[in-house]
Amino acid sequence: MTVRVQEQTFDLGAEVQAFTLGRDDAGAVVSFTGIVRNTPDGDLERMEMEHYPGMTENALKGIEAEAMKRWNLKDCLIIHRYGTLRPGDLIMMVATASPHRGDAFEAAMFLMDYLKSRAPFWKKEFTTDGAEWVAAKDEDEDALTKW
Amino acid sequence: MIDVLYFAWVRERIGLPKEQVETGATTVAELVEELKAREERYAAAFEDISALRVAVDQELTDFGAPLAGVREVAFFPPMTGG
Repeated sequence: MTVRVQEQTFDLGAEVQAFTLGRDDAGAVVSFTGIVRNTPDGDLERMEMEHYPGMTENALKGIEAEAMKRWNLKDCLIIHRYGTLRPGDLIMMVATASPHRGDAFEAAMFLMDYLKSRAPFWKKEFTTDGAEWVAAKDEDEDALTKW
Repeated sequence: MIDVLYFAWVRERIGLPKEQVETGATTVAELVEELKAREERYAAAFEDISALRVAVDQELTDFGAPLAGVREVAFFPPMTGG
């Protein structure tokens, strides 16, 4: 299990490759990547991702430990960035490895649903109109009930 | 003394990220009442606590949580990771 919280970007291909290669205990690797989406008007200049150092790492490790308990996983990885991000930038990724694909897909969904509303990150969007904190969505909170 | 941390718009509204608070509060809710009584900026930040989340010693909890032996309390809006 690995958690990395970092300001700098990451090499998506290299991360998935390193996570996948050299293992013979898992038949399936699933990865998910979050990228900064522009506004419908295309006027997003940047996004500031704030976090709570210390609690962030612990919350993500806790979410990984819960996933390892619930599914037959051989490994999982969460990378999440903070700081200044621009449209198209990588924000975060998760990867899961399991003997069969069902567990890998489900655990990846679980990691995403939990880290969206249980890991202490906050997004502020800066557009040509000004700056605004991104509000949490009810559907993100509701997504947790299915687990 | 307890370290009190603020994040996102709570930090902006109160105007600082962190402060040390000398408090006799026994729960998070009592601490909130003490802070609200200080100044208008606190009253504004804590006006609707249903819009806020709280962590005690870096664990998410609720406003009824006790403060005995606690080192750090953090207030912030619902999280938006991912």
